[in-house]
Amino acid sequence: MLNKEIDFMGIRKPAAIVSAILVLVSIISLATLSLELGLDFTSGTSVRLTYSESIDLGEVNSALSGNGYEDAVVVTFGSDREIRVLLPVDETVAIENQAAQAAEVGETIAAMLRENSSSEITLEGSDYVSAKVGEELAEQGGLGMLVALGIIMVYIAVRFQFKFSMGAVVALAHDLIITLGIFSITGMEFNLNTLAALLAIIGYSLNDTIVVSDRIRENFRRLRKGSPLEMVNISLNQTLSRTLITSLTTLLVLFSILFIGGESTQGFAIALIIGVVIGTYSSIYIASNVILYMNVTREDLMIPVKEGTELDDTP
Amino acid sequence: MLNRYPLWKNLLVLLVVILGFLYSLPNLYPDDPALQISHESLELTEGDTPVITTALEAAQVEFFGEENSDGSVLVRLGSLEDQLRAKTAIENALTDDYIVALNLAATTPSWMQAIGAGKMNLGLDLQGGVHFLMEVDMDAAIERRMQDNQSNVRTILREERIRSRGLNIVDSSHLEVRFATEEARRQGRSALIDSFPELQFQNRDAEGVFILDMRMSADVMLQIQRDTLQANRTTLLNRVDALGVSEPTVQQQGSDRIVVELPGVQDPAQAIRILQRIATLEFHLEAELGSPSLSYENYIYDGISVNVDNDVILQGDRVSNAVSSLDQNGLPQVILNLDGQGGNQINRISRDNVGRLMDVLLIETKSRTIVTLDAEGNEVEETEFYEDKRLIMHAVIRSALGRQFSITGLDPREANDLALLIRSGSLAAPMTIVEQSVIGPSMGRENLEQGILGVQVAATLVVLFMLAYYRVFGLAANAALIMNILLIFAIMSSILPATLTLPGIVGIVLTVGMAVDANVLIFTRIREELALGVPPQQAIDAGYNRAFTTILDANLTTFLVAAVLYTIGTGPVKGFAITLMIGIMTSMFTAIVGTRAIVNLIYGGRNVETISIGAQKRIKEVEA
Repeated sequence: MLNKEIDFMGIRKPAAIVSAILVLVSIISLATLSLELGLDFTSGTSVRLTYSESIDLGEVNSALSGNGYEDAVVVTFGSDREIRVLLPVDETVAIENQAAQAAEVGETIAAMLRENSSSEITLEGSDYVSAKVGEELAEQGGLGMLVALGIIMVYIAVRFQFKFSMGAVVALAHDLIITLGIFSITGMEFNLNTLAALLAIIGYSLNDTIVVSDRIRENFRRLRKGSPLEMVNISLNQTLSRTLITSLTTLLVLFSILFIGGESTQGFAIALIIGVVIGTYSSIYIASNVILYMNVTREDLMIPVKEGTELDDTP
Repeated sequence: MLNRYPLWKNLLVLLVVILGFLYSLPNLYPDDPALQISHESLELTEGDTPVITTALEAAQVEFFGEENSDGSVLVRLGSLEDQLRAKTAIENALTDDYIVALNLAATTPSWMQAIGAGKMNLGLDLQGGVHFLMEVDMDAAIERRMQDNQSNVRTILREERIRSRGLNIVDSSHLEVRFATEEARRQGRSALIDSFPELQFQNRDAEGVFILDMRMSADVMLQIQRDTLQANRTTLLNRVDALGVSEPTVQQQGSDRIVVELPGVQDPAQAIRILQRIATLEFHLEAELGSPSLSYENYIYDGISVNVDNDVILQGDRVSNAVSSLDQNGLPQVILNLDGQGGNQINRISRDNVGRLMDVLLIETKSRTIVTLDAEGNEVEETEFYEDKRLIMHAVIRSALGRQFSITGLDPREANDLALLIRSGSLAAPMTIVEQSVIGPSMGRENLEQGILGVQVAATLVVLFMLAYYRVFGLAANAALIMNILLIFAIMSSILPATLTLPGIVGIVLTVGMAVDANVLIFTRIREELALGVPPQQAIDAGYNRAFTTILDANLTTFLVAAVLYTIGTGPVKGFAITLMIGIMTSMFTAIVGTRAIVNLIYGGRNVETISIGAQKRIKEVEA
């Protein structure tokens, strides 16, 4: 065994309290502030434009409202030379024609803004999402997460034991809620890319938790002495360097996406960075903590005889 | 403990590396920007090329490699910037019947194409284009099937001489037949019940009328939905072909939606006009002389006035295909294929009507803008929809027809047109665009360039880190990492026809970060063993063995999550999930088998005192 050991579980209670507070704050924020949902989940038309010079938002706004687009919302997108103009769905237009109208509105707005600006304006594209599709996507995303969590619980319960699957799922829920909470508090846009990121966080955080659980199981089977708390502590110490290195390589990669990958993937990178940091923490403090709170015992991980004899051979 | 791989395992690793390299190679050949020129109904020949090249020369556009294949002309252009200008120039030189489409022409050597190595399909977000999500109006499809049934019920009752007091469609899946007497209803029921296995029969009495309810079961409606979606997809494919887009996607999504992606298309309004051109077909008999004037409508066909009977004898959705070809005498013909029920229907009617004329109506829903005055006297523009019915076929029934019959007596052009019209008209139900996205070409290119740069920088950082931290073992991990990226590219390019999207690139980048996890697990295990004083060769073996279950568990669960994402998700979520799944599978191979092969090559089969896995000396010192 390594001589230097960190007593991770020594602060399990404070860690649990901090996590509980973070989750609570996140839930409150989600309930009151909710999420800044992107066009993917709401509905309407979004027009992307690039200017050759930096944009005077006031000028854009007045040009829009002066030409019958009072409902338009202008947001900057990436740099100060790129904007998105968001328009709500025009309810007076029959649903069959909304798409056709949305297809033309991009050109109309670009032409109109060109008249009102000395800058050269390029129409980069436009999106249209009908109200129905947006709602469905949000439902699908939520459903996807629940299904994923359910399957994971079953898998871990089969491969490990039910207490471990509780630990993993509580850790995952913890990561997802806090990541969503941060999006809610900071008001960052939540779109389909961010949803994909959330699902990736499930995968990542799970990876970490499984590695730790695997070691806990192994130690329970291998070491004859020691309380469950000691077992968990030893396991966490043994996996610590791996946990940190993998988090580091993943963060290296995510920061390169954040700084180089362009505007379209920024939200994705930010969500994942938050997720990786919280996921690393939760695999140490949440999953193991839950296992301990559920009174995990050596008997929970009874070894099949054949495997046991093999393990006894190793020092 | 010698840590040697048997020859076959080394050969396997080598083979995978070679295949990975070979099949990801085509991605290094950039496509040429090109234009594809075709005609709505005619096949273009060599003779059409000079018009195009002259137009391009006049517009001073650099071009090369013009070729004529499959009835269309492809011209490669010097630069992407010229594409739109060249398109306009050619469009101006030709009439409106010609379709000029932006395209990308492959430049991969032919031997690569011969071994099936292709380029990865790029998603719209990486190359620009238009994306549509279309929803099929299933109610309309079901109602039309019911109209079909209504017409058949009427025919059978007439043939059996059973008098009814009328039959009408109550709602899309419910038809009622009214009888004056209970006896008539009993007769009607027994006459009808065998002909409509898909309907459920029920008697109902109301105010002295004896009603027979005929309802569609949920199963039948589901089947109709499936067929309809399939028909709509096929028709959309045909229409998209008419747009001349190089690699269009027309995919089913869910139970009633179809995704259409048109790379390179920049004018969504034009695409919408073509895609949303709702057209249906109806087969009728020509009205007999002396029929009451309310029972037919008048159309003009080839300058002749034709009275078409109102009863629909066959709906267009019964048509499974229509192709123009030449008969045994070399004369043009159109072969029509019907589905089973359509075949029975046409047979029943045609055998009693040999010598009569059969008419086919093409019904297109069109829109027009009308200007009306509102209450305050302002002009208001409104879009109005109307049905435009056109008689496209007027032919004599020569004999009893079946599931397949031919229409002859046309000239080649007419045969071609008719087949095209029938095909486009067999679209089963109208569609609405519920989601649309236009991505400009410059934005697509920017996304692609930044994405690739992201992968390069991320991979470089990880490679440097692994090298610094794990030394020789880091080298093995890095070789595996590069092999992993090659394999992902190879699989996405050639084995699975997967499309690379921006979230997909992110998935690959994330795989890069996470793929080394397996190696980190193995290497930390080896270091632990070494720290315990285990000799290097045993430590390597134990490290690989001990870490294996952990890697398997971790990867399997992540794979499950990715699979759920892939099944449930759409668009970006799916694109991300597919690369993640592929990445997990390839990284399992490269990180375990691949690195082991390299490590065995370096250290295996001999006596080793120390191994270079970084920081190991320090641990040894602590031990001492």
